[in-house]
Amino acid sequence: MGMLRELIKGLRVTGRTMISTVAGSGPVTTRYPDEMREKPQRFHGRHVLNRYPDGMEKCIGCELCAGACPARCIFVRGADNDPVQPTSPGERFGFVYEINMLRCIFCGLCVEACPTEAITMTHLFEMSTTNRADAIYTKETLLMEPNGRVPHMFPEDPLADMDELNTADGWLRATAPSGVAEYEGRRMWQGTPGTADWDPEPPQEIRDAVVEREPADG
Amino acid sequence: MNWPEFLIVSGRVVATFALLMVATVVNVWAERKIVADMQSRIGPSRAGPYGVLQTVADGLKLFFKESVIPRKVELGMYLLAPFLAVIPAFLIFMMVPWGRPFMIGDHEVALQGADLNIGLLFILAMSSLAVYAVVLAGWSSGSKYPLIGGVRATAQAISYEAAMGLAMVAVVMFSATQGDSGTLSLAGIVERQAGSWADVFPALEPVLRFIPRWNIFPEIVAFGIFFVAIVAETNRAPFDLVEAEQEIVGGFHTEYSGMRFAMFFLAEYVNIFSMSAIGATLFLGGWNGPTFDQTLPAFISGILPTVYFLAKTYLVVFLFFWLRATLPRLRYDQLMQLGWKRLIPAALGWLVISTVVIGVRQFGLPWS
Repeated sequence: MGMLRELIKGLRVTGRTMISTVAGSGPVTTRYPDEMREKPQRFHGRHVLNRYPDGMEKCIGCELCAGACPARCIFVRGADNDPVQPTSPGERFGFVYEINMLRCIFCGLCVEACPTEAITMTHLFEMSTTNRADAIYTKETLLMEPNGRVPHMFPEDPLADMDELNTADGWLRATAPSGVAEYEGRRMWQGTPGTADWDPEPPQEIRDAVVEREPADG
Repeated sequence: MNWPEFLIVSGRVVATFALLMVATVVNVWAERKIVADMQSRIGPSRAGPYGVLQTVADGLKLFFKESVIPRKVELGMYLLAPFLAVIPAFLIFMMVPWGRPFMIGDHEVALQGADLNIGLLFILAMSSLAVYAVVLAGWSSGSKYPLIGGVRATAQAISYEAAMGLAMVAVVMFSATQGDSGTLSLAGIVERQAGSWADVFPALEPVLRFIPRWNIFPEIVAFGIFFVAIVAETNRAPFDLVEAEQEIVGGFHTEYSGMRFAMFFLAEYVNIFSMSAIGATLFLGGWNGPTFDQTLPAFISGILPTVYFLAKTYLVVFLFFWLRATLPRLRYDQLMQLGWKRLIPAALGWLVISTVVIGVRQFGLPWS
């Protein structure tokens, strides 16, 4: 009889789930391409190479991202800037920038390693291609346009969601540039895709004063 | 030639076949949808409203796929096995009455493929024949896993058929006391379940009026045994060792593809439906139910029995799906243990008990 009781227990679980799916909270899955789930703010999606608000590239070709990458999927070569028309503020810029998306594990270590916040992640995750060569993203695909929009790899695709690429992963805004979580969501220096309409970063004293007044866990 | 009779008989067979096919298509869809609900998923939702046409789409896909014949098969048996699976499955349902007989002119039309006077025996015979399909498919594929699946099918079918037969015997014996003499015809067994229990025990009329005279009430244990046995007989979870994907790839149908695989698939779902229909007929009163002949128009009260029959059948089918969504697969020794150590003794014990009760009610106590 113990077996029968266990059986009834199991049948109750499935029966209750069925009732709640049909009449209660609904299924936990969604009709995926028709109906997208909201992704967490710090979602690790496709990378993007950012620009400063004035249109300069942020990447300085230092190869720290390539060094930090555990999957060894990033290839960077720097080159000297033209002194008259520099590509990036500073001596050098990223001349070649390639990410092999077949190898990338989306860990975000490149984003952490980057000293200028040139590489960040977005919310786009649909990156399937029909041949392997297309999965190697070059600088043309990765670099955002001077107007702040990020180019989509398959703009003609009916399912392409252009806004996903322009949604930053939020990691930078939460912990950088000051390293203070207090600044999450505040209008500050632009570190991620999107047009540059953030307020300038406040000076260090004011930031410290803010932290003192409103403790992070308070 | 007697043309009206000929037309009526062929019409009956075609109508039964059509009902079975439609019910099977709905069955496949319903299983996927119900199991999805029980797992908090959506299930098929794109082909047609609520995905009803998903089965049709799957069928078309299988129809147009290449049927690969592996090199090492025993060709004759390999080609024959899918038909051996489908034909008994269809023949079983031919025995089931699925509506109230009606009159066209002076010809009575029974809504049933054929009313054999040995109906139940025929069903048992056909369900045993269906096992040959599985065994032969497994053997003729010339591959290890299908062979294991086929061997499992043999043992499983023998163990559970005994319990199923014994459970049916109890019903037939009980049903014999409800009429003039015993019958194995399903139409006869259904007719004896008309009315309510008040007809049998007039003394308790106010209570029993509302309890229909179905065999499930006196034979509840037999119903339990019968249900477990038909789940095992149709190789459904948790008794799907024959086709256990995780252990033996696909079991007996591993080497089949395209339309030949589709026939095994079809046979499985046809079997679920017809076995549930037999359960509904033997235990739940078949097409019996209130038809309101006086108040409702004739065509509605003519259709109602078929509706009752389908509702009862789908109730049993739903139990199949519920079990499938709930239970993990049994181990082989557990399957054998349940069959031989629990079900068959229980069925035998129940048979003895109901024989004694029926005998005492019929002939009185032996010492009086």
